[in-house]
Amino acid sequence: MCLGVPGRIEKILNDDDPVFTVGLVNFGGVTREVNLAGVKDPKVGDWVVVHAGFALNRLKEEEAMEVFEYLEKISEYGRMEIEEG
Amino acid sequence: MKYVSEYRNAETAGRYAEAIAAAVTGPWKIMEICGGQTHSIVKYGIDRLLPDELTLIHGPGCPVCVTPVEMVDQAVRLASMEGIVFCSFGDMLRVPGSTDDLMGVKSGGGDVRVVYSPMDAVAIAENNPDREVVFFAVGFETTAPVTAAAVLQAERLGLGNFSMLVAHVLVPPAMELILSGKENVVDGFLAAGHVCTVMGYREYEPMAEKYGVPIVVTGFEPLDILEGILMCVRQLERGTTSVENQYVRVVTRDGNVTAMDMIRRVFQVTDRKWRGLGTIPDSGLKLRKRYAAFDAGRKFGVGGHSVEESESCMAGSVLMGRIKPGECPAFGTECTPERPLGAPMVSAEGACAAYYRYRPYGNPGGESA
Ligand code: SF4
Repeated sequence: MCLGVPGRIEKILNDDDPVFTVGLVNFGGVTREVNLAGVKDPKVGDWVVVHAGFALNRLKEEEAMEVFEYLEKISEYGRMEIEEG
Repeated sequence: MKYVSEYRNAETAGRYAEAIAAAVTGPWKIMEICGGQTHSIVKYGIDRLLPDELTLIHGPGCPVCVTPVEMVDQAVRLASMEGIVFCSFGDMLRVPGSTDDLMGVKSGGGDVRVVYSPMDAVAIAENNPDREVVFFAVGFETTAPVTAAAVLQAERLGLGNFSMLVAHVLVPPAMELILSGKENVVDGFLAAGHVCTVMGYREYEPMAEKYGVPIVVTGFEPLDILEGILMCVRQLERGTTSVENQYVRVVTRDGNVTAMDMIRRVFQVTDRKWRGLGTIPDSGLKLRKRYAAFDAGRKFGVGGHSVEESESCMAGSVLMGRIKPGECPAFGTECTPERPLGAPMVSAEGACAAYYRYRPYGNPGGESA
């Protein structure tokens, strides 16, 4: 139900009122019209997470690797704790 | 697909499972409060990767499942009316009301249409000025901004033939209900990633402190869930009770302020009945007075009745984490996705449906059988 799918903005159709700004978003090849009211200053090329035709937020690309780095981080802490202890 | 498939990496998942096993002394019970997470957990067998000391409990994280019978009955009445085009997300169609479901109305000739977005329902209203178009607004905080956007759009277009039946529910009051219960068994929470994408996680901070539970905002993919579990377990083992954010690529502490403003502009908080759980104070959204013209219940005079829920469905106990779906006597016998007794058997994110699909033989999973 709350499924949000990441996609990339291909085109922005601006509106005077940002609540009605619409963009074309590409989801792995399939393009859909999406309401971009929830994204501040949307730009072509931005990744957004879309749910039911609405972009919930921008996807932060720098943070996207965190899930892979967390294990290294905690095993490093682990070592530090052991060395300090 | 980028930003999806890499979070299903089996090798990293295995390393997470090892890290969790190494960290747990337990026993701990962690509840996920998002149907998307429940679906992933059962589908990928994440609970089976975990040590016995750790149990995952599936909370009331599916808005379809908690939509009260009364609301489904109202939807059925509206959809049966002459001249109405009734638009709904697909997973509401088989949710049983007290006598019929929307699928029944559709096969009986009613104009029931499945839409991907409430915006599609607005477009249908725009293109069919001689018909009344009603949208069934079901969902958590995740869906509320787009429902609000649909109301604003219909207002701007001056559509007098668009209205909605609003069944929106809010997650934190349900978590509070679970935590404050005498029989509460939950030691820690995985909070719903996309609900927090909209709302942020400030409102969980007082809850974590008051009830002494760690709360980890978590995404949906297998690695997200495993990382969320590891973060939660590390807190439980250390005895800390903070709110942490696993889903940093999308969620911020303050949430999406614009989206929250849209919700506030159109809706106000109200008490709401949850299927299986009863009425929870301040746990739903309804249209503000200013937008009363878009209220389908008012417009067509449906509502105001109340019904008893089926006694053979144990959805309440499933949603509170007291039993696993396979422990319900009706599971897989009287109750199947084709002939559901309760809503958790309908939605792909309902715990009963997820177990039926991936564990049809009723293995409790997680708890030792
Ligand atoms: S298996 Fe069916 S009857 Fe039992 S709790 Fe789930 S939905 Fe209700």
